[in-house]
Amino acid sequence: MFLQLSLFPPQASTNAAEVDLIYVMMVLLCGAVAFAVIAAMIYMGIKYRRTPENLVGADIHGSTALEIVWSIIPFFIVMGIFAWGTSLYFKLEIPPANSMEIFVTGKQWMWKIQHMNGRREINNLHVPIGRPVKLTMASEDVIHSFYVPAFRVKADVVPGRYATMWFEATQTGTFHLFCAEYCGTEHSRMIGSVTVMDAADYEAWLTTGNPSPVEIAAGTAGPASGSAGGASVVQGAAGAAASPVQAGAALFQEKACATCHITTPGGIGPILVGVPGSEVELASGDKVLADDAYLRESILTPLAKVVKGYPPAMPTFGGQLTEEQVMSLIAYIKSLGTSQSAQAHQ
Amino acid sequence: MESNERRVTYLNAGHTVKSWLLTVDHKRICILYMISITVMFVIGGLMASAIRAELLTPAGDLLSSDTYNKAFTLHGIVMVFFFLIPSIPATMGNFLIPLMIGAKDVAFPKINLLSWYVYLTGATIALVATATGGLDTGWTLYTPYSTAYATTNVVLPATGIFITGFSSILTGFNFIVTIHKMRAPGLTWFRLPLFIWAMYATSLVMVLGTPVVAITILMAILDRCGFGIFDPTAGGDPVLFQHLFWFYSHPAVYIMILPAMGVISEIIPAFTRKKIFGYGFIAASSLAIAIIGFLVWGHHLFTTTQSMYAAVVFSVLTFAVAVPSAVKTFNWAATLYKGSVSFESPMIFALGFMGLFLIGGLTGLFLAILGLDMHVQDTYFVVAHFHYIMVGGAIMGYMGGLHYWWPKISGRIYPELPAKAAALLIFVGFNGTFFPQFIAGYLGMPRRYHYYPPEYQVLNVLSTMGAGILAVGYMLPFFYFMWSLRHGEEAGKNPWGVLGLEWTLDSPPHPHNFHETPIITSEPYDYPEMAREFGEHAGHGTVEAAHV
Repeated sequence: MFLQLSLFPPQASTNAAEVDLIYVMMVLLCGAVAFAVIAAMIYMGIKYRRTPENLVGADIHGSTALEIVWSIIPFFIVMGIFAWGTSLYFKLEIPPANSMEIFVTGKQWMWKIQHMNGRREINNLHVPIGRPVKLTMASEDVIHSFYVPAFRVKADVVPGRYATMWFEATQTGTFHLFCAEYCGTEHSRMIGSVTVMDAADYEAWLTTGNPSPVEIAAGTAGPASGSAGGASVVQGAAGAAASPVQAGAALFQEKACATCHITTPGGIGPILVGVPGSEVELASGDKVLADDAYLRESILTPLAKVVKGYPPAMPTFGGQLTEEQVMSLIAYIKSLGTSQSAQAHQ
Repeated sequence: MESNERRVTYLNAGHTVKSWLLTVDHKRICILYMISITVMFVIGGLMASAIRAELLTPAGDLLSSDTYNKAFTLHGIVMVFFFLIPSIPATMGNFLIPLMIGAKDVAFPKINLLSWYVYLTGATIALVATATGGLDTGWTLYTPYSTAYATTNVVLPATGIFITGFSSILTGFNFIVTIHKMRAPGLTWFRLPLFIWAMYATSLVMVLGTPVVAITILMAILDRCGFGIFDPTAGGDPVLFQHLFWFYSHPAVYIMILPAMGVISEIIPAFTRKKIFGYGFIAASSLAIAIIGFLVWGHHLFTTTQSMYAAVVFSVLTFAVAVPSAVKTFNWAATLYKGSVSFESPMIFALGFMGLFLIGGLTGLFLAILGLDMHVQDTYFVVAHFHYIMVGGAIMGYMGGLHYWWPKISGRIYPELPAKAAALLIFVGFNGTFFPQFIAGYLGMPRRYHYYPPEYQVLNVLSTMGAGILAVGYMLPFFYFMWSLRHGEEAGKNPWGVLGLEWTLDSPPHPHNFHETPIITSEPYDYPEMAREFGEHAGHGTVEAAHV
C-alpha cells in the first residue's frame, strides 16, 4: 500500500516539470531552514539546560548585526523565489498564439465541453498530445474551478465573465479533472477526466460525431442537446452536431443581429468583420481591446461600452442566451475575420 | 502567607450568579469568555471529528453531502469567529493586560462586559441557525452561491457573525486605550512586556479590519434579499465579495497568531531565565506584521485570474510579510543560547509552537509562489498550511499561555506529568493529522470534498488516525485543570519563580489587583539584574525576585 504512494501527480504538461521543480526546491530549502532551526533549538536546549551550575541565563540583550543579517538574507532569498515563481506564472497563464480553442461551460454539477467542430462531451475532455489547447470557460451559475492536477493548472470559472486556461499535454492517458471551488451539494461529483490522445486518434475521435444513445446510456457521455435555455442543436453534415461557428451563424440570423450589424457601412451597429482582436474606440474616448470578454459583454450588456459614432441602440440579450450560445456567436464573429496582431492576447 | 481560603480574591468576592453575570472585573470577564469559547471549541471539534470520520473512506457513506457540507462550514465558522479570534485576547488579554501594566482594570470595564454579551448574542444566533438547518456555503460565504443559490440559512448565521464582530471591535478599542493611558509610572513603551506589544498590534487589526467584514456581511445579507451587488446577472461582481471578505479575513489570521506569538515571547524568557533576544525587533515585527498584513489579501484570489499584475503585487507583498515572522522565530530560538533552559509544560507547548509555526509559515511561502499556487490553491495543501498556523501555532500558543498562567488565574497548580503528556500527544497528533494533507494536496485532492477518488485514501486514513490522537491531547487538559481546582496545590504568588508584574500578585489576585500602584524602574525579563540583586538561586521557591 505504501509502496504505491506517490508524491506527485503525473507530469503531463509542458509546464508540469517546472512547477514540480520549484516545489522540490522549496521543500529542500524550507526543509533545510526548518531542520537548522529545530536542530539548533534541540542542541541549545540540551547544552544550556538548567542545572545547579546553570541557574540563570547570560546577560545577552540581542545583536543588531545579527538581526540585519537574518532579515536581509531571507528577504533576498524570498525575492529570488518570487521572481522565479512569477516567471513561471506568466508561462502558465499566457497561452501561445497558435492555441487550439475549446469551449467549456461549468454548471452545478457538470462540465460541458464543446470542440470547435461541434463535438460535445460532458465531464470528459479529449485533447491531442503536443498541441497547446486554450480553454475559454464560463459558468452558468456559481463559481467553479477547472482543475487538472496532472497539468498543474486551474482557473476559477466565475459567472459573468470568461476564464481562460491553457496547457500543452505531453503524455497520452487519462487524468483527473476536478472542480476546485466549492459549488454546493454535489461539488465532489463535479469531476471527470482529461483524455490525451495521439494526434491521429484525436482527429478520428473528433469526427465520430456526438455520442450515440448507447454511449449516453452507458454514462460515458452526456446528452448532445444544448443547455438550459432549450437551445436546439443544429444538425450539420452527416448527422454530426453543428460546430460553434455554424450554431453561431444560425443564431446571428435567428436573433436578428444581422439587421443592425450589416456588412456594409451605414448600419445601425458597427461592422463586425475584423473586430475580434482589434482596438475599438468607444464613445467615451477610451480605447479597448476587442477580446472575448469584450464581445461577450457587448452581447449581454451592450450599453456598457458604446462604440464611437454609433447610437446606444443595441438591446440587451442578457437572460436570452446561454453561455454556450454566446460562445458560439463569438466563434461566428471571429470566423468573419479577426485582427491578427492581437491574437496572442486572446 | 495567607492561604487562599481566608484571602479575598476575585474568585471568591461574591458568589451570586449576578456577581458573575454583571461583573465588571476584567478577571471574571476572562473566566466568562473562557467558558464560552471552550463550549464553542467543543462544537467545532465535534464537527472536525465528523469530517475526519467521513473522510476515512473514499465514499460518502457516513453523512449525506448536504450534512457534510454543513459540517465543514460550521467547523470553520465556529473555530475562526467563535473560538480563535476571541481566544487569547478575550481570556489572557483581558486577564493580564491590566496586571502587566500595573492597572486596576481595563479602561472601560463596562464595555468589556458588554463585549462578552455581544459575543454571546452572536454565538447564540449562529447556534440557533445551526439547529434550524445549518449553513453549507463554507465559512468563506462566497457569492453568488451564498447569496443566490444556497437553500440553507444564510442570513441567520451571517447575522450572528456580524454581531460577534462588534465584540472584537469593543475589545480591541478597550485594549488600545488601556495600553496608552493606564500604564503605571515608569512603564515606558520599551519597558512593556512583549505580550502587551502583541496585544496592541492585535487590537489595531481588530479595530481597523472587523468593520470591513461587518459591512461585507451586511452587503451579502442585502443581496440575499434581492440586491445585486455580487450577482452577475444583475451586473454585480462575485469577485468583489472575495476582495472585501479577504480584506478583513487575512488580517484576521494575524488577529489569531499575534497574541500567540505574544504568549511565546513571555514563556521563553521565563523558562530560560534570560532576557529575550532582540526585544525591540520582536516588538517592531508585531507592528510590521499588523500593517503589512493588510496589504496581502489578494493572495486568496490568485486563481480568479483577474489581473496578472495585481497578482504579482500581492505575491511580492506576501513574501514581504513573511520576513518579520522569520525574525521573531530566529529571536526566540536565539534566546535559548546561553540560557538556563527548563522544560516545564508551558515551555513544551512553546517549543511545540515553534516547530509547527515554522512549518506553517514556510508552507505559506509555497502558496505565495504564483506559479505554484495555480496547482495547490483550493487543495488540501492550503488546508494543511492554515491548520499548521492556526492550530499548530495559535492553539499551541493558547494552550501554552493557559498552562503558564493557570496558577495565577486559578490559584492552583495543575499536575505536571499529564500536562507534558498532553503537550506531546497534541504535537504528535497534530503532525499526524495535517502533514499527510500537504501530500494529498500536492497530489491534487481538492478541499471541501465529501467523497474522493480511492487513491487518496491512505493519506486520509493517516490524517484521521492523527486526529484521534490530537483529540485525546485536547481532552486531557480539561480533566487535569478541573482536577486542580479541587485538589491542586495552592500556587502562591510566583510558582514558576519568574519575572513579571503579574507574578508579584497573589494567586488568584485580589479584585483590585494592586494594593499600591507599582513603580517600574527596569526593562522586562531582567534576569541578570535579578541574579545580581538576589543571587542565582533567586526565583526558585522565593517570591521577592518577581519584580526587580
